[in-house]
Amino acid sequence: MRRSRALGRIVFLGPGLIYLIVLLLVPLALLLSFTVFRRGRFGGIVYELTGENFTRLIDPLYLDVLLDSLKIATITTVIALLVGYPTAYLIAQLPRKWKTIALVAIVLPFWTNFLVRIYAWIVLLSGPGLVNSTLMKLGLIDKPLELLYNQGTIVTGLIYSYLPLMVLPLYAAIEKLDPQLREASANLGARPARTFLSVTLPLTLPGVITGSLFVFVPSFGNFVVPELLGGGRSIMVGNLIRDQFLTARDWPFGAALSLALIAVLIVLLLLQAWSARRA
Amino acid sequence: MSRIRYTRRFPVAVLVAGLALAASACGGEAADSTAAVPAASSAQLNPNADISKQSMAISVWPGYTPEDLPARVKAKLGMDVKVALHDTNEVIMAKLTAGSDTGFDVAFVSGQYAQALNEAGLLEPIHPELIPNLANLYPEAKELAYDKGNVFSVPYTWGTTGICYRTDLVKTPPTSWNDILDPPAEALKKVTMMTTERWLALPAIKALGYSVNTRSDDEIAKVKAKLLEAKPKLLGYDDTTFGDKLKSGEAVMVEAWDGWCPTTEKNIKFVVPKEGSDLWVDTMVVLKSSKHKEAAHAFINYILDPEIHGWAAETILYKVPNKAAMDSIDPAIKTANAPLQMTPSQLLAGESIIDLGEDSAKFTRLATEVKAQ
Repeated sequence: MRRSRALGRIVFLGPGLIYLIVLLLVPLALLLSFTVFRRGRFGGIVYELTGENFTRLIDPLYLDVLLDSLKIATITTVIALLVGYPTAYLIAQLPRKWKTIALVAIVLPFWTNFLVRIYAWIVLLSGPGLVNSTLMKLGLIDKPLELLYNQGTIVTGLIYSYLPLMVLPLYAAIEKLDPQLREASANLGARPARTFLSVTLPLTLPGVITGSLFVFVPSFGNFVVPELLGGGRSIMVGNLIRDQFLTARDWPFGAALSLALIAVLIVLLLLQAWSARRA
Repeated sequence: MSRIRYTRRFPVAVLVAGLALAASACGGEAADSTAAVPAASSAQLNPNADISKQSMAISVWPGYTPEDLPARVKAKLGMDVKVALHDTNEVIMAKLTAGSDTGFDVAFVSGQYAQALNEAGLLEPIHPELIPNLANLYPEAKELAYDKGNVFSVPYTWGTTGICYRTDLVKTPPTSWNDILDPPAEALKKVTMMTTERWLALPAIKALGYSVNTRSDDEIAKVKAKLLEAKPKLLGYDDTTFGDKLKSGEAVMVEAWDGWCPTTEKNIKFVVPKEGSDLWVDTMVVLKSSKHKEAAHAFINYILDPEIHGWAAETILYKVPNKAAMDSIDPAIKTANAPLQMTPSQLLAGESIIDLGEDSAKFTRLATEVKAQ
């Protein structure tokens, strides 16, 4: 009995596990093993041990980029949460039919290519773009506003891109909430704000954390949005990593930067797992 | 012009390139520290070899050679050609330096990369006796700094970097790199510079009168100061969409590769600033590991045919270092695309970009510092 159950597990887990090991763990291990070697004169890797790639990580130049990325990803996540929570809450209150429509509407943007959607923002916000030309025609401004190519635009682009990833887990958490708990809270004399803070929020906290993580992780490593909406004027850790691999041909340092990125994300995932277990 | 091939469709290509890198992640580097100069006399090749019995593989940027190239070669030379594509120099470098036989006979890479491959001992010297069409090249094509005399590479396209601007939106036409670095009032915040490291630095380097191949820390520090001073006056760093920004009027003056400046538009012109500029060259190289070296040379000889080489000038609008080919292209195309009229001696006035080896890290750092601040 026990044996057949173990066998069953292997059969069902097998394909997924093999996929993960071959396509994720092995390449990742290979990549990370490069961190201890040296860059070759013409790029590539020289198999000589060195700690240089790690000492370079704490160079203020790269630390600043890392901190800046953390800042941008954090702001993105907080705003996405503030926008996403009420949205998810409202959707959860809708009648069944409307719920489905609302959820489809949330997911709909994902059916269009990410880059196309980012370019659409450029069309909207650029100097001669739709927003500026409309405002000028209405006579509200006499010269185009500088809407593009700054950190605010990067944050806007990231929020826009990843908001659905915030709404969906929040919706799942809020949906599960038993309405009777809120009624009980009200019956016991709690005002709506109190009910929200003492009942609703704590019970949906796993959704909050999962959603935040879903937004934070891709925002932190993004390199397309800073390049296109930020005009290349500021860089995030994703750009740094891409540049090491694709222009500097410095794979060992690129790998070390990737390791730093992964380390930050693992800490966050552990926090999430810990909070999910407590809930 | 190398990166152009990837920057034109930059983000998609970069994603693809990223995947390709992950796929080739096992690539180490076999011949590195040796920096061997290749053996002067490689094994003699047989000029009478029956190449129709050989077959060969090339790696090239997408769209850089005619779509039907294999069929054309088959018809002319009787041999089979397999075409593999690479989006960037870095991707093909990663493959070629991985230490195992890639199966490629000929690769298209930019000059400074050909130089690096040669120093790593991976290239077969060119056997001029097997490439009679070398006679079609301009004499200037033998004077390229990274490979004088075409010892290990044969140039395919060449060009330079300059200022591409809107004649209707800029009062005085730009003449100097300082017009980009310190734009006049009407161009303030409407100027872009390139984002790839060597070209990001180019305007400041030339404005200060330094060499594009400088390794001096002191000079690079001054270049950085100048670039940081210019940064607030720029719209952004861009080597993907500057042409579109110019067309829409969002930018009025941009640093641009000659072949990328949309000079077919009525109000757009290209100028090489008075301080001078660079000279970029894309080349063909034969790999030492090639098992079909006669076929490889016959292939290069075929590419240097005015008809096929002229295709590159007419279709992708890059100048080719082939006198016979340049003379044969439709004059209307030259009239419509002014940069095609640049002469080899004008091009040679530009400074060849060479590989800086270990020192290339200085430019990477410079670009990061400028963008991170």
